[in-house]
Amino acid sequence: MSAHSAESERLKGKARYTWGGDEFLFIEIDEAMSLAANFKANSMAGMLSARALSGISDVCPANASLLIRFNPDVLDPEELEAVARAIEVEVDAAEHQTLETRIVEVPVWYDDPFTRETGARFRSGHQSPDGTDLDFAAESNGLASAAEFISRHHGSPWLVSMVGFVAGLPFMFQMVPREQQLEVPKYLSPRTDTPPLTVGHGGCFACIYSVRGAGGYQMFGLAAAPIFDPAQRLEDFTDFMIFFKPGDIVTFRPIDQDEYERIQRQVEDGTFVYRQAPVTFDLAEALEDPQRYNQEILERLNVV
Amino acid sequence: MSFEILEPGLSTTVQDRGRLGYYNVGIPQGGSMDQWSAELANAVAGNTAAEAVLECTYLGPRFRTTEAAVIAVGGAPVDVKVNGENREQWTRLELAAGDEVSFGFLQGGTRFYIAVRGGIDVPLVLGSRSTYTLGSLGGFKGRKLEAGDVVPVGPSAAGNKGLGGIDPALRPTYTRELDIRVVCGLYDHRLTEAGMNTLLSSTWTLTPVADRTGLRYSGPAIEWKPRQQPFGAGSDPSNIVDAGYAVGSIQIPGGNEPIALHRDAVSGGGYAMVATVISADMDLLARSAPGTQTRFRAVTMKDALRARADLKALRHRLWGN
Repeated sequence: MSAHSAESERLKGKARYTWGGDEFLFIEIDEAMSLAANFKANSMAGMLSARALSGISDVCPANASLLIRFNPDVLDPEELEAVARAIEVEVDAAEHQTLETRIVEVPVWYDDPFTRETGARFRSGHQSPDGTDLDFAAESNGLASAAEFISRHHGSPWLVSMVGFVAGLPFMFQMVPREQQLEVPKYLSPRTDTPPLTVGHGGCFACIYSVRGAGGYQMFGLAAAPIFDPAQRLEDFTDFMIFFKPGDIVTFRPIDQDEYERIQRQVEDGTFVYRQAPVTFDLAEALEDPQRYNQEILERLNVV
Repeated sequence: MSFEILEPGLSTTVQDRGRLGYYNVGIPQGGSMDQWSAELANAVAGNTAAEAVLECTYLGPRFRTTEAAVIAVGGAPVDVKVNGENREQWTRLELAAGDEVSFGFLQGGTRFYIAVRGGIDVPLVLGSRSTYTLGSLGGFKGRKLEAGDVVPVGPSAAGNKGLGGIDPALRPTYTRELDIRVVCGLYDHRLTEAGMNTLLSSTWTLTPVADRTGLRYSGPAIEWKPRQQPFGAGSDPSNIVDAGYAVGSIQIPGGNEPIALHRDAVSGGGYAMVATVISADMDLLARSAPGTQTRFRAVTMKDALRARADLKALRHRLWGN
């Protein structure tokens, strides 16, 4: 097995460097989303953060790009660009493209009454004014039913490719070949309301809304446990108020109303803990035989 | 010591210089929208630039101080009243226990700042006292003030009496016609030449959709280059694969109504940015009221850095260092 995939070969030396005013450097790895582009963005961000250059305040890896905030009084823009370009060369040349991360199981109540009710309030102007977001998603992907869409949604794991928009919101990319990716158009006109912990989908990305508010992704269900906890009450939030990090691998587990309510009680009494296990993610292996590799990663959850 | 809030005003929040370092998980920098005005108010009240202030939007609060206090009001022009009597902005106001402070209507701009000697003393969250309302984080219980809130004020540092006043040349200006300097970049290559010309040569009207997250402008449509959209980018030519948003960056969803992101920016999304407001002009943007006729003027990175240095020099002049 080759250590480098054709995908990551194609991206070598191809990043585009551009400025967002006098405080931001933006690096686009690729115009299109892919596991390889995300991996490169994440790797570059990791190496840049590890350098701990004075003058850099934020390193934000995104789906297929990264954004760096710096203070030009401390760090000269040209010097920053030179460092970033050197890091790109180093990442491109790496023998083994691996990432130390974890797999997390996220219980989801699919087709729940909360997102259904919210969806019903925003039918006007929707692509499917008489249907539901789930029916529309199934139809968009040529699937026979909402149930089939749901089963595809939790059938393969997802990679957290970016955290942001609002505090702690994960964007997730399904770890399957492009032709198997679920793609669903966003709302034509964004909603003014989304229940917190809504599991949504727009383009090829899944997300979990961390807070209540506006949103443009189609809504499919409700995650049962918090992902953003400013009070840091639960064990998973002892170190930080935000649960997800770029590079996390997520598997959704469908649950029913009874289990949703049981988890709610665990959250209330402070005993809920996410099921999770450490993973060394290997890009080449993931691209070579996704199905086998995903199975291997999922099994890590069974040994904890 | 504390302030008892009798009426909260339209949107009064605790802010300071903001929190950097958490944008990678979607927590914006926050902080006073008009940093310069907040800093001036702090200088008059006898604080450093770091103390937290109250940011008041359009309609100010009415509050009572529980003990003697020194305050200063800076920013947008507004009538200041202590126990119903008119007092001056930009000067030190000495309050006695039980004094009531209230405000008239703004005579321009959008926000004014109340600094109090000792600073607003809410807990530091991720290194800042700024309120991030969307995430219910920081500030006073993560939200704008409400009637009945008792807002704590910190102990004052000995020795600093504050400036007697502010040189009018250092005070912010408020105008209905504004030039904002931008550095083009990010995804500017996705606009047609005509589209970029439209952005840089038109006069844009600030709409009422303007808050701490961003400001939306009305004006002519802007042309994007048509293209076969890359995988995952969404169907409109103004869409990109969701990426990090620079604070101050300008996006033009669907080619209509450019949006400039401000200090409570959403940290990322799927709309291409084509230019970024330079750091030295972010306060000007914060001061502009709906209806302001705005032109975006392209400058180079070198120009942006020079403007930044000028602002820094002004800061040194203010603090005498």
